[in-house]
Amino acid sequence: MKDPVNRRTFMKIAGASIGVGALFHVAPLLGASAGGRRIAALLGDKNGEAPTPFSFVQLSDTHVGFSGPPNPLGTQAFEKAVDLINGLRERPDLVLFTGDLTHDSENPGEHADRMRLFQKIASRLKVPLIKSVPGEHDAGLDGGKLFRDAFGETHYSFDHRGVHFIALDNVSLARPNVGPEQISWLKKDLARFPTTAPIVVFTHRPLFDLRPDWEWFTGDGDEVMNALAPYENVTVLYGHIHREHTHTEGHATHHAARSLIFAFPDPETGVPKKPIPFDPQKPFQNLGLRVVNEPGARAGSSPRIQDVELTLREYSGTVGIQQLLKEGVSL
Amino acid sequence: MKYARFLALLLLLALVVTARAADGAEESRAIVITAKRFEFVPSTITLKKGETVKLVVTSEDVTHGLFIRPLKIDTDLTPGETQQITVTPQAAGTFTAICHHFCGAGHGNMKLTVVVE
Repeated sequence: MKDPVNRRTFMKIAGASIGVGALFHVAPLLGASAGGRRIAALLGDKNGEAPTPFSFVQLSDTHVGFSGPPNPLGTQAFEKAVDLINGLRERPDLVLFTGDLTHDSENPGEHADRMRLFQKIASRLKVPLIKSVPGEHDAGLDGGKLFRDAFGETHYSFDHRGVHFIALDNVSLARPNVGPEQISWLKKDLARFPTTAPIVVFTHRPLFDLRPDWEWFTGDGDEVMNALAPYENVTVLYGHIHREHTHTEGHATHHAARSLIFAFPDPETGVPKKPIPFDPQKPFQNLGLRVVNEPGARAGSSPRIQDVELTLREYSGTVGIQQLLKEGVSL
Repeated sequence: MKYARFLALLLLLALVVTARAADGAEESRAIVITAKRFEFVPSTITLKKGETVKLVVTSEDVTHGLFIRPLKIDTDLTPGETQQITVTPQAAGTFTAICHHFCGAGHGNMKLTVVVE
C-alpha cells in the first residue's frame, strides 16, 4: 500500500462568485483511483449516500419589503439574481437562503405579505430544492412564528448527494444565540456521521466573533463550533454582514455572501456601520449582482463564473481517513 | 435579661455596620441610561479607568439588550425593570455598546459610546 494519506481523495468544495451570492461546486475527486472509489463507497455506507458532484447557490439578505435611501429599487436585485441563476449553464441542485428574506414590519399582516412576495419571487427559481433559515428581520420580533407558518421549521437538517446540510437558527431568540436546546439537537444530529462526512452548516449570523460591536457574532457560536470540531470538512455559510467574507478556523471555513438589498462597508476601514450609499449610476454595485457577463459576451448567454475564491480542505491526510483505513479499507 | 440586652445591642451594631456599608456602596457614581427605540439616552457616557461606577439602565418601551464585550456587560433590558450594573473599567479606550435584543427596523443603529479615560 502506498502512502494513503497523500492521496487526493474524497471531495473538494469550491466556491465561485457569480455575483448572486456564491456558487459552490461539490466535486468529488474519487474517480482518480480505486482507493478513492473504495473510500467513497465506505463513506456512502456510513452516510447513507456516497458523494456525487453537484453545485448549489447561496443567496442572502434579500430584505423583501425594505424601502429606503440605501436601495430604492426594492426587489430588483433579488429578481435579477433569480434570472441569473436560471441562466446558468450548470443548473444548481439547490439554492440556500441565509436569512433576512424579508424586512421586518410592526404589522404582522404586512410582514406575512412580504413573506408571500419573497416566495413568489423565489418560486421562479428553476432549481429542484430551495432551503432557507431566518434572519433577525424575519423572526426576531415574534420568535419565528410567521417564518415557521410560511417556511416551516427554523432549524433542520437534510442530506443531498452525500453532503449533510444543517440549518441553524441564531435569530429567533431575539438575541444572537442558538440556544441550548438547538445545540443539543445538533449534537444528536451529528452523532450518526463519521468524522469524514462533508457537512455544510447554513445560518444567518456568523458563528464566530467577526465584529461583536457591529453585532456580527453569535453568543454561543463557540458551543456550536465545538460540537462540529471533530468533523474534518465543515463549511459554514452565513449572511447578515451584507458583504463577502471568508474565515478559516480549525476544520471549518466560514463564508458570508453579499446581500441583495444594500452593502455594509468593511469595518476594518474604521468607518461607521452604515449602508454604503446607493449609486443610481451603478444600482447593483456591491450587491450580489456584480458580475453578469464577461465583456463581449453575446446577449442572453449564460453568465461567466469568475473569481474562484476558495477551495476547502481535501480529505487526504485527515484523522477521519485514518479511522476508515483502520476499518480495513485497502487502498 | 442581660443576655437579651446584649443580643439587642449586637443586632443594633450589625444594622449600623450594614447601613454604613450600604452608604459606602452608594458612594459609587451612578449613571442613568435609558434605552428606547432606537437609541440609548445619553448616547455617550464617560468613565474613568479603575473607577467603579453604577450604570442604572431602564427600557422605556420594548425589551432591549445592552452588550459591551470589553466591559463584560451582556444583559436584557425589560420594560418596567431597572438594571443596576456595577463596572470598573480596567483599560482606557472608546467602546461601542449595542442593543443585542432585536427591537425592530432601526435595531442595528442602536448604539451607546462608552469612553474610558
